[in-house]
Amino acid sequence: MPQVITYREAVAVGLAQEMERDPSVVLIGEDIATAGGVFKATAGLLEKFGPKRVRDTPISEQAILGAAMGAAMTGLRPVAELMFADFVSVCHDLVVNQIAKARYMTNGQISLPLVVRFGNGGGLRFGAQHSQSVEGWLMAVPGLKVVVPSTPADVVGLMAAAVRDEDPVMFLEEKALYPTSGEVPEGEHVDELGTARVRRAGSDASIFALGTMVHRALGAAGQLAAEGIDCEVVDLRSLVPLDVSTVAASVAKTGRVFTVEEGPRLCGWGAELASIVAEECFYDLDAPVRRVTTPHIPLPAADSLEDAAIPSVERVVAVVREGLG
Amino acid sequence: MSNDTVKRPPREAEGSRGAEARVEMYRAQVRVRLFEKEAYNLFLQNLVKGTSHLAIGQEAVAAGVSAALRPDDYVFATYRGHAHAISRGAPMTACFAELMGRESGLMAGKGGSMHLTYAKGNFMGSYAIVGAHLTIANGAAWSAVYRGTDQVAVAFFGDGATNIGAFHEALNLAATWKLPVVFVCENNLYMEYTPISQVTAVAQPAADRASAYGLPPVLVDGNDADAVHEAATEAVERARSGGGPSLVEAVTYRHGGHSRADPGKYRPDEEVAEWLAKDPLPRYRTRLQGEGVEAPLLDRIEADARDEVDRAREEAKAAPPADPAHLETEVFSYGESSWRR
Repeated sequence: MPQVITYREAVAVGLAQEMERDPSVVLIGEDIATAGGVFKATAGLLEKFGPKRVRDTPISEQAILGAAMGAAMTGLRPVAELMFADFVSVCHDLVVNQIAKARYMTNGQISLPLVVRFGNGGGLRFGAQHSQSVEGWLMAVPGLKVVVPSTPADVVGLMAAAVRDEDPVMFLEEKALYPTSGEVPEGEHVDELGTARVRRAGSDASIFALGTMVHRALGAAGQLAAEGIDCEVVDLRSLVPLDVSTVAASVAKTGRVFTVEEGPRLCGWGAELASIVAEECFYDLDAPVRRVTTPHIPLPAADSLEDAAIPSVERVVAVVREGLG
Repeated sequence: MSNDTVKRPPREAEGSRGAEARVEMYRAQVRVRLFEKEAYNLFLQNLVKGTSHLAIGQEAVAAGVSAALRPDDYVFATYRGHAHAISRGAPMTACFAELMGRESGLMAGKGGSMHLTYAKGNFMGSYAIVGAHLTIANGAAWSAVYRGTDQVAVAFFGDGATNIGAFHEALNLAATWKLPVVFVCENNLYMEYTPISQVTAVAQPAADRASAYGLPPVLVDGNDADAVHEAATEAVERARSGGGPSLVEAVTYRHGGHSRADPGKYRPDEEVAEWLAKDPLPRYRTRLQGEGVEAPLLDRIEADARDEVDRAREEAKAAPPADPAHLETEVFSYGESSWRR
């Protein structure tokens, strides 16, 4: 029987599933062991697996990712937590120059089966340095896989797939979704990277979304249905690999493309998606591609401002309605 | 470097190693010296493109440390890494071929001079963003402990790396986790073009920082393979036996500029002359001969290395250029670069 757990609990469930299966899976990060993580996403893992496998680190993001990288190239499968995704900026070198490039530069001599976990995205009134959605930064780097789950089941299944993957996987957990609940399958659950999910089938428009924004898109689709507009909502789930075939199939069906992105406007994943659609699905389009994003601003702290910045159900409804009008 | 910048005298060599092993350390230095000279010639002939950072003058550090390691220990180096690649068994032909952008290169032309890697010999790469690989060496050391092996990880780095954050993050984590890692600073007195003393708060950029991480300061004459070897042996044994990390500062000097484009004119002539007089190779040869090693044996080592380098250079020159058919391979584990499904 499937059980209902929170997105937050799903992180520990997914990690525990992999740690029980494979003794080479180890966890490091700031406050992840004794404290169970600042987001409490690793609660209980120290007790279950002991301090050798669940290790607290200093506030040293370069040292954390360096340790993960060195361990991954010598036989372990480390999962490193960076806490707030914004902190990837203080170890950008390790991510971009070291981890992403090692396989290519060494012509395959080095493999890095590692996962970096991030608390990604806004909505929690933390202000500009603790609220960013960094998937756009990461997607731009050859050699990284980028995953953003939107449900507890996907957290478990995609985490398993990420841990088992031979390449470095950037695993972006949406902070705003940690308290949300959902069903997860009973028993071992392993999903597949690079597969999108059609969360709601529809015929009038395709709304592509990621993470927290999947739920906004579904909310919008629900409201639009009452107006007789039948939207398809596609949860991309991973940006690299990107499930272009599911995207193209949806565009062929509806002819109208919308993206809902939490990140700022320029170079968001939706821009890449729009470019792919323009190149490969042009003759399926009945209208211009429309993107719903945050404005091109740092995220503000005040709730009224942050709510105005991040795409809301109402904004998605308005843009889709206008796009179909 | 003037003597007043060294607070503690460099360690004296004890010559504790057997004669045969020391002859091998001489061979190691000669092989690197001749390889590097040839790399420079190939650059002048425009056969080596881009950049390269030579270790001419610094050979004793690689030789002394390598002789203290087991084949299964892990080594991480910098963009000045040819010496370490060769010292860990990377074939010279493949190294030259990599420098020349050939298909038969150590990384089939994808890495180049600054990224030589020979994982088969546990030479885990040459890293060209200053300081980063110290943190990565920690990971290999952590993994060794976790897997219950007694392998040791070594990271070589320049004096300039001691002023970057990754150095301090790495030292602190290594000390806190008591990792079996040996950090070896090749202090050649210049951070690229700037004297390290002008940009560093302490006289010895590595040794004077050791106490901040609860480690003893270790300062050695980096132009003396025996001295380096002795310090490295102690550090490696400490790491292997669970005693945690060490930070070794080997003071040395590069005979040339920072990189291929740099004539090194910012260095006073008398300083260069002083260090040329301390060239580790003739110095070591003289010492070995003084201890009874026969000149013909050392001559033969030099001739053998010359032959090896000549042969490797010719083989590499004859090899075809890196094949664009492989341009997009090895981005991901499935062998290619596709980001889509």
